Amino acid sequence: MSAAMDTESTYSGYSHYSGHSKKAHRQGRDRHKSPRSKDGSRSEKSVTIQTPPAEPLLGNDASRAEEGQDDNWGETTTAITGTSEHSISQEDIARISKDLEDSVGLDCKRYLGLTVAAVLGLLVFFTPIAFILLPQILWRDDLEPCGTVCEGLFISVAFKLLILLIGTWALFFRQPKADIPRVFVFRALLLVLIFLFVFSYWLFYGVRILDSKDTNYQGIVQYAVSLVDALLFIHYLAIVLLELRQLQPMFTVKVVRSTDGESRYYSLGHLSIQRAALVVLENYYRDFTVYNPALLTASKSRAAKHMAGLKVYNVDGNNASGQSRAMIAAAARRRDSSHNELYYEEADHERRVKKRRARLVVAVEEAFTHIKQLQAEEQQKAPGEIMDPREAAQAIFPSMARALQKYLRTTRQQQYHSMESILQHLSFCITNNMTPKAFLERYLNPGPTLQYDRDRWFSKQWTLVSEEAVTSGLQDGIVFVLKCLDFSLVVNVKKIPFIKLSEEFIDPKSHKFVLRLQSETSV
Amino acid sequence: SYFIFLFFQQRIEIHKLRQGDNLILGFSIGGGIDQDPTQNPFSEDKTDKGIYVTRVTEGGPAEVAGLQIGDKIMQVNGWDMTMVTHDQARKRLTKRNEEVVRLLVTRQSLQKAVQQSMMS
Repeated sequence: MSAAMDTESTYSGYSHYSGHSKKAHRQGRDRHKSPRSKDGSRSEKSVTIQTPPAEPLLGNDASRAEEGQDDNWGETTTAITGTSEHSISQEDIARISKDLEDSVGLDCKRYLGLTVAAVLGLLVFFTPIAFILLPQILWRDDLEPCGTVCEGLFISVAFKLLILLIGTWALFFRQPKADIPRVFVFRALLLVLIFLFVFSYWLFYGVRILDSKDTNYQGIVQYAVSLVDALLFIHYLAIVLLELRQLQPMFTVKVVRSTDGESRYYSLGHLSIQRAALVVLENYYRDFTVYNPALLTASKSRAAKHMAGLKVYNVDGNNASGQSRAMIAAAARRRDSSHNELYYEEADHERRVKKRRARLVVAVEEAFTHIKQLQAEEQQKAPGEIMDPREAAQAIFPSMARALQKYLRTTRQQQYHSMESILQHLSFCITNNMTPKAFLERYLNPGPTLQYDRDRWFSKQWTLVSEEAVTSGLQDGIVFVLKCLDFSLVVNVKKIPFIKLSEEFIDPKSHKFVLRLQSETSV
Repeated sequence: SYFIFLFFQQRIEIHKLRQGDNLILGFSIGGGIDQDPTQNPFSEDKTDKGIYVTRVTEGGPAEVAGLQIGDKIMQVNGWDMTMVTHDQARKRLTKRNEEVVRLLVTRQSLQKAVQQSMMS
């Protein structure tokens, strides 16, 4: 135990966060969970501290006050301290995150935007109708009679308004799928444009027609028709700006998860950084395997062993950077056999996993042979007891339960599958006539995050950390980070290169061949 | 020591042997301008499309006359053989009315060159 106590004394540091936008969020981060080790020993610590040398404590507070964007995110690094006195169980974490989700702050902004857009939409929709109806109401008797031409124009206004209504419903009335930090630039621009447009039309109408009580009704109706036409064109502009422009891929982004290095590439068009972050996150839930903190304990314990080997006592109290360099150099020169251990440990683990997997596959195959699906005719004259899928699953589950549990424990997935979920999956597979291999597909390899229960996700609230403004467009070489509580995704943007493609025409008749001969003749 | 590839030109006179209805010479040829020169194992330059002796039957007229495997045939009875097709070469060697063919051959002789350079 004394060795553990020694390691406690060498670690000192201050925690230092960057890139947050909410105070409540910060509160959640200050209380940090200690790493849960399997045998429950509290003395094992996984602590990494890199402190920027000689930076005063006051400077940290100043940078902490930044909202939304952090310019120094490249230089400042996060430090996580773990102590053994405060430890939080999984339920506490869930509670805290649920509190954060129920917070009201950002919702107000979202609803405000929605109401403004709705009011503007209604105003815009009823304006042409008002233009047509107002002269009829106010000075009906003075109006010139306008026969078939006006009626034709009425029909065209009606249908154009209907088309506009359907188009607006299709384009804009969608469930918002995300909460983003800053407003959508293009949407705001379009709203302003529509407002100015309608305002100017009303101004003209009010001055030239209402005040002077114009009697040329056909002209008024045609004015209303021109308004509707212009609105349809604005709708077209909205489609192009909001939907079409980002369809053509211009950038390739590489997304790397910070904990285990898993990476993917995606193609994006011209998007703002926040929208690109949204696309990346939507794809994250589908493409990346689920984050499993149990898989990281091995590397953390290795890191702890490295640090624990060398003890540094700070006698003078200054020149921290020189000391840390000497420490790293000394650690590198030290002969240790940790690479050997890693190799044999990994080989051993692989062998064990393969053995358990073989046992599991055999057990499941055997279990599935006991079930036979009855056809409709056989159902009346079946020899044994007839069961529904749930009962059938419960009947064959015990024969494979042990092998499955052992396998899940070896691959450290046991937290992700409860017995209830396994039974449900088994009855689902039995109902859909799946083979044992199809049933096992979910357990043999870790799947994407969407496959699992929401409580196991570890990643629901995200923070976008970026050097550039989040509403600016993507450029080549931009890097931004999407942080959640336990890990972060580093996104690197690269432009798709300009491709020069030239053509070469080959006449099909020009494909001719000769035989390469080497004959030998005796004379 | 260094290697010198010396080319010896030799005149070889072969008397054809009568076997039934045919006159045979007792060797096989390969090469020709319509053949693939890169597959010739005996040529030094792999673009050489000349006619080479690929086999010499034991005890035949060619071996008796001193023809060796790997020789390049330059002339047959005065006819040039360096730019002929395989079939033309065969025809020139197997004329029915000729009983003697006089060949001008080139032989690449490495052994002799090494011996000479070591002796000097």
